[in-house]
Amino acid sequence: MSTLVLLTLTGLGLGALYFLIASGLSLIFGLMDVLNFAHGALVTAGAYAAWRLTGHLPFAVAVAAAVATGAVLAALIETVLIRPLYSRPKDQILVTVGLGLALPALVQGIWGADARQLQAPKQLTGTVSLLGAKVPTDRFVLIAAAIVVLAALKLFLAKTRYGLVVRAGVEDRAMVTALGIDVRKAFTLVFAIGGALAGLAGALGGVYFGSVSPDQGTSLLVFGFVVVVIGGMGRTDGVALAAAAVGLIQQFTNYYAASGLGDFAAVAILAVVLLVRGNGEGIQRIIRRTA
Amino acid sequence: MKRHVKHLIPVAVLAVLLSLPYSTLQIPGVFDGAVNTPGSLQLLALCLLFAGLAVGYDLLFGRLGLMSFGHALYVAIGAYSAELAMKNLHLPLAEATLLAIAIAAAVSTLLGAVSLKGVGNLGTVGFAMVTLAFAQAGSILVGRDPKTTGGEEGLPLSTDKVPSAFVGVVNTVNLYWLALAYLVVVCGVVWWLTGSRIGRVWQAIRDNERRAEVLGLNPFGYQLGAFVLAGTLGAAGGVVHLLVTAGATPETTTTDFTLALLVMVVLGGSGTRWGPVLGGVLYTLLDHRLGAVATSDSVASLPAVLRIPLSQPLVLLGVLFVLVVYAVPGGLAALPRRLRGGGGGRRPRRERGEQHRLGVVEGEAHGTHPDRVASEL
Repeated sequence: MSTLVLLTLTGLGLGALYFLIASGLSLIFGLMDVLNFAHGALVTAGAYAAWRLTGHLPFAVAVAAAVATGAVLAALIETVLIRPLYSRPKDQILVTVGLGLALPALVQGIWGADARQLQAPKQLTGTVSLLGAKVPTDRFVLIAAAIVVLAALKLFLAKTRYGLVVRAGVEDRAMVTALGIDVRKAFTLVFAIGGALAGLAGALGGVYFGSVSPDQGTSLLVFGFVVVVIGGMGRTDGVALAAAAVGLIQQFTNYYAASGLGDFAAVAILAVVLLVRGNGEGIQRIIRRTA
Repeated sequence: MKRHVKHLIPVAVLAVLLSLPYSTLQIPGVFDGAVNTPGSLQLLALCLLFAGLAVGYDLLFGRLGLMSFGHALYVAIGAYSAELAMKNLHLPLAEATLLAIAIAAAVSTLLGAVSLKGVGNLGTVGFAMVTLAFAQAGSILVGRDPKTTGGEEGLPLSTDKVPSAFVGVVNTVNLYWLALAYLVVVCGVVWWLTGSRIGRVWQAIRDNERRAEVLGLNPFGYQLGAFVLAGTLGAAGGVVHLLVTAGATPETTTTDFTLALLVMVVLGGSGTRWGPVLGGVLYTLLDHRLGAVATSDSVASLPAVLRIPLSQPLVLLGVLFVLVVYAVPGGLAALPRRLRGGGGGRRPRRERGEQHRLGVVEGEAHGTHPDRVASEL
């Protein structure tokens, strides 16, 4: 029983991390049709920002700095590099690929290739006893962060004017533009939100793994992609569900089958979902069909 | 007259490449010794190998518009399964190579079908993500099973199963011939197919998949065929990589390996004959020379702002890549025409020059465009 609880919470914690990365990716893709390959680099940037500041400043400030780093970098990338290329969608992807290569290499050049230990505050490094299991506290923090982010994103999309523009833009960008609304502001905003979440994922990922390294973001990005494809582009609910599912399956496979098989299982689910769903639009379609 | 010149270019390039091992030319800054020293020939062999791999990758990227982020998987399958077949099954090199290519063909058929069929309306981006995920699974497999794959160390080449002509520093020149042969074969296959009827269909699919489908062509079949062909060519390149670097290295499994191929293709010019060749050679040379620059004393004495970016070849290559995407759309291969054509050369040459060769596009100009039909009604 205690193993089950521990595995479930660890899996959900990992899923929360995936959700933070994938929700930004999926919004950016849904609205702008840009596959942001630099998203992993933003995660790394956030992780290193948090690592530099922990120990000097309160941990909450370090996390806030990571979020700000991600947001500012993403907004810069969007306005300076992506915006001039809106007539060349493939080149937009290529530019983010170039950034995704250069930024982690730059981080490696400055702080070295080795993983750096992240000293999280005492409140986060302990364990909590739940149903006989000793669960590390950071799992709860990650899950809570993901729930807060999910709620905030849904509120933003449902209640604010910009959320409305973003939702309309995901449905039909040309129509929104034709109605005289400046979608470009929404582009920058969505990119900045994605960057902020990536920064948050970097900082919390540093706590989860206990260390930060230059290619951490890029390896997390792969599972972010898996989650986005399973969950559906531009669908926050689907992404949340898919993230939780992938995290859980990964943890359980790693424990009950063989260590390392979990990553494999995540990719296998992707293949199965692709085959089952054919031309569908994500897990939502499967839910609708089975319900 | 001009046509003759065009046919002469490949012959001239081949003649130069054939004569290089006999040349005692010194090219300071590019090669440390004369061109025919083993060190230079090894680097040249790598250049030609990557040129061949880039041409194979461009079959998907440039010719069919399929952005695969998992091409490294097939190169790794080639290198690792050939080496494992020699080491564990005690097969000679030729049979191990055939086995590796057969495995790559089977895997690429399976994964290609899944990623092409399942991606559906996610289009290019979905395909990119899914191929990336599959390749990552391969990379994880190699990393997690160090007993079989050697983990981070990789596997040394089983030299006793390889013909002695490919072993040892004295025989580096034979590795050069092997890499050149690989490049010639890949170029031959890709160029020939591109010029054939199949190549026309590829172009129609790349320009507008829906339209090709309406015309009664089967895009899925053509895309899968190209995916499998690119996979097998990649696996053959993996075997050459195994021989040239005298071992199977985990670097061939990584996403960065695929991204390097993508950078080569875009740098040189995707969808062109010579672009990927040029890009592959240039990238490999730059990667090696920048690595040497990074460890040199002159860089070590620079202030940190300059030293750090210069010490990481990937920073420079990444920035160069972004610059090329911005400043030279169409890559280096499009550069001469752009310079000659003056300021009007924003669009790469293939878009302007080759479209009207396709009946599909020509029909549009003559009045079958839906808008025009609608206005005539």
